[in-house]
Amino acid sequence: MSDTQIGWMGVTASLMLVAIAIGLSLWRQLHLTRSLLWSSARAAVQLLLVGFALRLVLDSKASVWWAWLWVVVMIVFAGFTIRSRAKEVPGILLLGTISMLTVVVVSLSVIFGFHIFPMQGRTIVPLAGMMIGNSMTACVLVGRRIVGELSDKRDEVESRLALGLSWSDASQPYVRSALRTALVPQIESTKAVGLVFLPGAMTGLVLAGVDAVNAVTVQLAIMYLILGSVATSVTVMGIGLTRQMFSSDHRMKPIARASH
Amino acid sequence: MLAVMGTAANRVDNGVQLQFDAVSFSAPGGTKLLHRVDLSVDRGAVTVLAGPSGAGKSTLLRLGNRLEVPSEGLVRFKGTDLTALDPQQVRRSVGMIFQRPIPFPGSVRSNLAVADASATDSAFVAVLRRVGLDPTMLDRVADDLSGGEAQRMCIARTLLTQPEVILMDEPTSSLDPENRIGIEDLARELAHEGIGVIWVSHDLSQVQRIADRIEVLIDGRNATPVETLGYLDQETEGEP
Repeated sequence: MSDTQIGWMGVTASLMLVAIAIGLSLWRQLHLTRSLLWSSARAAVQLLLVGFALRLVLDSKASVWWAWLWVVVMIVFAGFTIRSRAKEVPGILLLGTISMLTVVVVSLSVIFGFHIFPMQGRTIVPLAGMMIGNSMTACVLVGRRIVGELSDKRDEVESRLALGLSWSDASQPYVRSALRTALVPQIESTKAVGLVFLPGAMTGLVLAGVDAVNAVTVQLAIMYLILGSVATSVTVMGIGLTRQMFSSDHRMKPIARASH
Repeated sequence: MLAVMGTAANRVDNGVQLQFDAVSFSAPGGTKLLHRVDLSVDRGAVTVLAGPSGAGKSTLLRLGNRLEVPSEGLVRFKGTDLTALDPQQVRRSVGMIFQRPIPFPGSVRSNLAVADASATDSAFVAVLRRVGLDPTMLDRVADDLSGGEAQRMCIARTLLTQPEVILMDEPTSSLDPENRIGIEDLARELAHEGIGVIWVSHDLSQVQRIADRIEVLIDGRNATPVETLGYLDQETEGEP
């Protein structure tokens, strides 16, 4: 066993930290004991299942198509997750799924087209996972924000429509504000990286014994990938959702107010 | 009241600009808000649309600006069904002024540029003068304008699209008496210049000041002549 393989004993020992969290919850009467136990157990089961499945997919002898199938499942699952987090956004399931698909196609085309990483199961699955994971949150944020902005500013939007503006021109200031809101956290986190926190991929590589500078170059590529992915996904979601909120003759459809 | 209607008949210029033919409209929930309403708007005249709250007056105006589409009947602009015309062009030809002034964020200049991005400052100055605003206020923040100034700016913004009809949905309801009279005079001037104006109002003294024609809506339909007289008499008795 190498010094980065912690084994079942290591995992069991790390449960001490969950026990500390439970102890704190009991001491301060936070009533979070069941949630802590359930989330820890659920994470263990989910990750173990994923680990065994990944072992099959990432096997060097396995066909790369298994990895692509994995990505398709992730995209569909992300679509449903986005819908569950922003039910008030009309047509969010389809829009979310299309956004994730676009992100994967665009970003992986760059990554593999320019040979930044080799196209193998062990790169396809984690890279797609990171892109989808980060983009999913941004998509939910931008979807809710656009619905909120357009319903709050309906008078202004209709005033612009009444002047003969198209749906895209009439909604532009509000959609722009929503897109900025969704992108700023990612930009801020990109700026703070290395100073405030060490990102996960780099930490993982360093723990696995990779040279720190090599780990940094991998992390940089991943961060740029995530930044591009988030920008792509919120743009696709923003344009698609806004289009959906107007009729073909540039009238604003009735919309439910987003609950926050 | 009869004198008002008589005066109206004398002042109306021929030439129907906007016509509502047996127009009905249902809200998304299915509630019928308008039932076979007829109304015509003449060139160079102020047509006042009166009636109690909830009678469907604002809804009718939204149909005229194509912000809504009737579920039955037709709205025609110069004889052509609105749905057969480019909606953006219709909205520029049939302008709309809302009940509350709605300034957009930014300066007065940027507000006017929304209506006509290619217009020069001299065009902006001209339109501000036309609505009785000081042209030096182009750089003022639109949100800082008083209610009366903001409503005049909204009218200026609409005039930049060179409308042939203007739909005014109780445009003075949030203004003080002085500004109210000012906007009424402006509406009359616009009609004098040949624009067809629909003006929604509850205020009978205002109706008497500006109307060329009066149409009363009750429960989403045209009032009968008896109902019209009854409504206007009732309003007159309510006057201080």
